[in-house]
Amino acid sequence: MASVDQTMSDGHHGPARGITRWLYTTNHKDIGTLYLLFSLLMFFIGGCMALTIRAELFQPGLQMVMPEFFNQMTTMHGLIMVFGAVMPAFVGLANWMIPIMVGAPDMALPRMNNWSFWILPFAFTMMLSTLLMEGGGPNFGWTFYAPLSTTYAPPSVTFFIFAVHMMGISSIMGAINVIATILNMRAPGMKLMQMPLFVWTWLITAFLLIAVMPVLAGVVTMMLMDIHFGTSFFDAAGGGDPVLFQHVFWFFGHPEVYIMILPAFGVVSEIIPTFARKRLFGYASMVYATASIAFLSFIVWAHHMFTVGMPLAGELFFMFTTMLIAVPTGVKVFNWIATMFRGSMTFETPMLFALAFVVLFTIGGFSGLMLSIAPADFQYHDTYFVVAHFHYVLVPGSVFSIMAAAYYWLPKWTGHMYNESMGKLHFWLSFIGVNITFFPMHFLGLAGMPRRIPDYALQFADFNMVATVGAFIFGFSQLLFVYNVVCCIRSGKQATDEVWEGSRGLEWQLSSPPPYHSYSTPPTAEQLSKASH
Amino acid sequence: MSSYRRALLYAGLFFAPLFCVQQANADWQLNLIEGATEISRSVYSLHMVIFYICVAIAVVVFGVMFWSIFWHRKSRGAKAAHFHESTFIEVLWTVIPVIILVSMAVPASSTLIDMYDKNNSELDIQITGYQWKWRYQYLNHDIDFFSNLSTPREQINNAETKGENYLLEVDQPLVIPAGKKVRFLLTSNDVIHSWWVPALAVKKDTVPGFINEAWTLVDEPGIYRGQCAELCGRDHGFMPIVVDVRSQADFDLWLAEQASLKVAAQQSAEKAWTQEELFARGEEVYQTSCLACHQANGQGIPGVFPGLVGTELMQGDPAGHIDAVVNGRSGTAMQAFGEQLSAVDLAAVITYERTAWGNQGGMVTVQQIQQLLGGE
Repeated sequence: MASVDQTMSDGHHGPARGITRWLYTTNHKDIGTLYLLFSLLMFFIGGCMALTIRAELFQPGLQMVMPEFFNQMTTMHGLIMVFGAVMPAFVGLANWMIPIMVGAPDMALPRMNNWSFWILPFAFTMMLSTLLMEGGGPNFGWTFYAPLSTTYAPPSVTFFIFAVHMMGISSIMGAINVIATILNMRAPGMKLMQMPLFVWTWLITAFLLIAVMPVLAGVVTMMLMDIHFGTSFFDAAGGGDPVLFQHVFWFFGHPEVYIMILPAFGVVSEIIPTFARKRLFGYASMVYATASIAFLSFIVWAHHMFTVGMPLAGELFFMFTTMLIAVPTGVKVFNWIATMFRGSMTFETPMLFALAFVVLFTIGGFSGLMLSIAPADFQYHDTYFVVAHFHYVLVPGSVFSIMAAAYYWLPKWTGHMYNESMGKLHFWLSFIGVNITFFPMHFLGLAGMPRRIPDYALQFADFNMVATVGAFIFGFSQLLFVYNVVCCIRSGKQATDEVWEGSRGLEWQLSSPPPYHSYSTPPTAEQLSKASH
Repeated sequence: MSSYRRALLYAGLFFAPLFCVQQANADWQLNLIEGATEISRSVYSLHMVIFYICVAIAVVVFGVMFWSIFWHRKSRGAKAAHFHESTFIEVLWTVIPVIILVSMAVPASSTLIDMYDKNNSELDIQITGYQWKWRYQYLNHDIDFFSNLSTPREQINNAETKGENYLLEVDQPLVIPAGKKVRFLLTSNDVIHSWWVPALAVKKDTVPGFINEAWTLVDEPGIYRGQCAELCGRDHGFMPIVVDVRSQADFDLWLAEQASLKVAAQQSAEKAWTQEELFARGEEVYQTSCLACHQANGQGIPGVFPGLVGTELMQGDPAGHIDAVVNGRSGTAMQAFGEQLSAVDLAAVITYERTAWGNQGGMVTVQQIQQLLGGE
């Protein structure tokens, strides 16, 4: 009997070998790794599409691609980056870090965890396959406004709808898992207000996901009904309303953009205190600010629709609520800076990405504040100014925070240090590339260039050329990141348990790499107090 | 030292737009234009105020940040302090932004309220978005025309040098009088478009089945150019707007000219057209109205837009062909061209389609079209 127990527990404590390890795994670290690698792959696929767009826009006139393919590229680039790159990357980070940070052995619902990941490759294979179908892939923008996406859509739209359904199922399951883990599996003695900020932001994000992914599923189902079953939700000729689509979509869409930024706030709130060697300033106000942003995200959706012809009262309401978001967001930025103030700072790669995040995300926030002014938005709406705005919050915002998180926790994940000088080179090329790409887009938008056009008037030529050069610098410098990660997985200087001089949280008290089941015995009160001070 | 330079770099990046805002309308145009109406000027001033507020906040916030990065670094021997909260300062930096926002919301609301005052217009024009052109109907006059992109395909395909107003030129601009309040009623025939002229600070979506309102009052005559701002399919980038603002006297002349053009068009319909004449005219019509979908070679785009070469519709009974062109195909991108083209143009383009690319459909006369149109 004893020997049987022995073999069983052996089989239970190490990963299986070969491909089945990844297919059948219920381990939070394996699934986290799968999510992160999947996201990296999607980042490159979506990136190639972005470079196709930028190559076409290098000069006026049609050179590389025809307008119908250009529209498919803008649409797929947006969908893949949002649903394939940024969201899975944060779920991957959540999988890896949340159980460790709350002192748990694994996620609360490990089998569902496996399923929620393995849906994604199928969803995205289906969505990418539409590019090869007759009539081409989705070409109506990532916001897929009806009736362009219903009556006037290519036949492949049905596959797009099912792919979105699958992504939604995956996200909802991931969110349930995060909530269940955080609420039920915290180490004894860890109160909610003692959790690391990354855990807090993810808890709030998970509630946002559960609230709005069903709304997205609803709106694509209404599209499906309109296309195939003769309903007229969005068709005025049948008594429907195309603007209803936008209301429902943005009721999902605005919380969605916070789903992509709140975990980034969490990451940066972990990294800055570590490298400033000083506790995070205003922990409680950080939590309240995050919750306020999440609440406000539900009552600002129509600021994406200032030009659809809403009544004056509607315009004013959504203008005021949108402006209010600046308050909690400002609190967060001020807290980060107060954390740096009178700290003892060093500038390793994760810190560089986090600092760039603070500056460039704030610039994106400023343009967001400008966009909230409804009369001015009439000039900015659907121009490159908007493109500049949301790329500033998503690329040097979300994506930089993911890069920062990867560099920050890579030594913990792999047990090896990454190559610091290569990391710094990657940072500087990315930083310069991102600004050369997206800063001129502010000027293009103000000068009057609409978004989503494959060809443009001659006065926009100069800045488009600059932006394209920047995009290629940014795109190709990401190969350095891949090389650095691969080298770090295979070899490199052995990392210590703490890895960073100023590190505090529970993750730094485990070995590097951590054991297959993280905290199989809960952390002690002593470990907890060490983690919080 | 390197972070000092970095600080300079950040500062330079951020202040660059400040120093250059005056350099208007060059190729490297950096800022919004002030525009040609009272509304557009107040929008411009809102834009500048909020921009300067952002710059001021940025100077303070990034200033503190770079101060810390420079002075509070470990390599300079900085020791970390231990403070990590202060209720006073947190209340302070919540309240100050609220005050700034309220001071911004007041002028913004007042401009918005002005923009929504659509009363007392002196001229009403219905603007209808079509894939991919605009239709202008003067409601108080008998004027109704379409406005198409007039940039030649050769320029777009880089076969010719691009003109000065590349992609911002149309065959028939919208003509309105200066100094008069003009109200626009906006709707769409197919998908959502957005009618935008930056100099007027008017951007309004055209939604199929619904009518939106906007208005403008332009001070000075001039040509103002804009584009469709809402993704509306394949040729979204190729449906510009040109507004030709004229003095009241010139506008009245234009109205008279439109009336006489109408008479001339009626006379031309009564003339006996030969197949060659119709073919030549049809080729031009085809290029502005049909080519975007059905392509220059008539092959269409498989799976999206049907081809026209050798099909039963093109070569069989002309009634079916005429019906498709005149009434469109509901539920598809095929529009009803009966309302867009004159009887001559319809006969010309149908004749062209039935005889080009080796099609053997034969000629359709103007009279055939008129009978069908009248018979409905």
